[in-house]
Amino acid sequence: MSNTAGELRRLNPKTVAVVLVIGLIVVMINALSTGAYTIQFSELIKVIFEGPTNSGDTNSVSHAVFWNVRLPRVALAMIVGASLAVAGVVMQGVFRNPLAEPATVGVSGGAAVGAVIAITLGLSKITLGVQVFAFIGGTLATAVVYGLSRVDGKTDVVTLILTGIAINALSGALIGLAVFVADDDQIRTVTFWSLGSLGLVTWRTVAVVLPLAIVGIALSTRYSRTLDLMALGDRSAAHVGVPVERVRLQTIAVVGLLASSAVAATGIIAFVGLIVPHILRLVLGPKHRDLLWSSALLGAIVTLLADLAARTILSPAELPLGVLTALIGAPFFLWLLRKMRTSESTWT
Amino acid sequence: MVVAQDAHKRKYLDVNINLNTVIKCANVSVIRSGKQILCDVSMHANAGELVAILGPNGAGKSTLLGVLAGDLKPESGSVHFGERTVAEISHRDLAKLRAVLPQRVTVSFPYSVEEVVEMGRGPNLGNGDQEFIETAMKRLDVAEMRQRLYRSLSVGEQARVSMARILAQDTQLLLLDEPTAVLDIGQQEKLMGLVRTLVDEGRTVIAVFHDLNVAMSFADRVILLQDGKQVASGAPREILTAETLSKIYEHKIDVIKVSDDTGPVVMPSPRNR
Repeated sequence: MSNTAGELRRLNPKTVAVVLVIGLIVVMINALSTGAYTIQFSELIKVIFEGPTNSGDTNSVSHAVFWNVRLPRVALAMIVGASLAVAGVVMQGVFRNPLAEPATVGVSGGAAVGAVIAITLGLSKITLGVQVFAFIGGTLATAVVYGLSRVDGKTDVVTLILTGIAINALSGALIGLAVFVADDDQIRTVTFWSLGSLGLVTWRTVAVVLPLAIVGIALSTRYSRTLDLMALGDRSAAHVGVPVERVRLQTIAVVGLLASSAVAATGIIAFVGLIVPHILRLVLGPKHRDLLWSSALLGAIVTLLADLAARTILSPAELPLGVLTALIGAPFFLWLLRKMRTSESTWT
Repeated sequence: MVVAQDAHKRKYLDVNINLNTVIKCANVSVIRSGKQILCDVSMHANAGELVAILGPNGAGKSTLLGVLAGDLKPESGSVHFGERTVAEISHRDLAKLRAVLPQRVTVSFPYSVEEVVEMGRGPNLGNGDQEFIETAMKRLDVAEMRQRLYRSLSVGEQARVSMARILAQDTQLLLLDEPTAVLDIGQQEKLMGLVRTLVDEGRTVIAVFHDLNVAMSFADRVILLQDGKQVASGAPREILTAETLSKIYEHKIDVIKVSDDTGPVVMPSPRNR
């Protein structure tokens, strides 16, 4: 994380902003035109200007693919990616550990349990039934982890993370149990969902997740300075005027909101919240004011790219998105873990 | 600029301020996991005073500092900042009254020296803050290394940066836990010179020391703790005597007069006899 000379090697935030915005637009155009049915660039522009309602005389296939399939999928990938990355930044800041991720507080596990329960109860036929249950499960798990890890009115970081691990293990067991009683059809849905995918996106999903993402990201920017101060450790942060316990409770709620709404919409997409903030910390430095907006942008890009890869690599078959991010993310996590153990430890 | 103004203001207030008690604790007792760590300790510190807390390991020095800082709630007794008790002051207001230097601060994530000093200004950063940051960095001689990463510094450099952060907070009261422990003798004298200047400007410093000689030459008043109890308090030359120290530290200790201009020197006796 730090280079050996200990000198600052950072890029100008404005440059990074420009690069990320251009990158996002390029990836977006690519993702909108590429797929089982290719939409040429010129046609893309035409279809966009036609608007969502089909006027009849236009190429109805391009129009339908763009407005009903591509655009909601691209939009959701961006929203979910931004939410997960921002949730990662906030968690790492508040736990003072670059390995923290929404999964470590138990949001993903809890959301998974909620969704699986909904599926086995046959609620997947009801619109958004799975999503609502996932959301409830994720937020509930976050609350439980936080409640359990409080000792003497204080939250110890190691205890918090260990409790998160235990809750995730319990979630795994509950999912296993649910799968055990589920029928074949339900198992297929459970699998699809727990591997993470953007394949079943509708505008309705986007409409639910977008406001939550906006609220969550907007709230998290209010904590940028406070998260910087948290780097001093609980005691010193309190000494310079941070109400540490209150901030921690509020930021965990924000993470719960962002991550469980994302997981509820698409299933478990791991490691976006880990990799994105890490790269940006190398490029921009650790100040959260810059880290938050840039993570939202890069999170959107990375998830969009990953989804593009997932649906084109083995075309016409579609690779589960969560599998792809885990394939890249897990080795990265291990590398980071090793690097942290060999360099000066940041566990405290 | 700001320092000069401040100093002027403080001098003007000097007459009143010296009679003012900045912080006071009365009959403080702390029990942690069934063990009595502090027992009925009472102390105070005035404006323009450097008070040293001394005592063997496990005497409760850091705990007392924690109580004064408002980190620890004592089982009984009270801590007052002026008229108000520490419990009724919010985090934010407390940060304007006192700054705390812990023994060692690990900063997670690669923040630069300047960014760490800036953290002393607390949650609401404004335009006027840069001046405090610059002044603090200059006074601790860390302005040159502002672009370096805090975690890449040596322990001694980190201690100076942390001290600069405390100074940037610009509080009346400074609580320092072994501020010289990791510094070499030259750095130590420089830092204590600075602490002395701060005190002469009218600030209040309460510091824990292991080095009795530092306390002897710089403190206005010392408080001796042993097993959580206050054994003695008063002017260093009166309190730090061979007899008292030998008893408290359970080793024969000599206090030797070296010359007329320097204070006496505290030295352990050779082991035999």
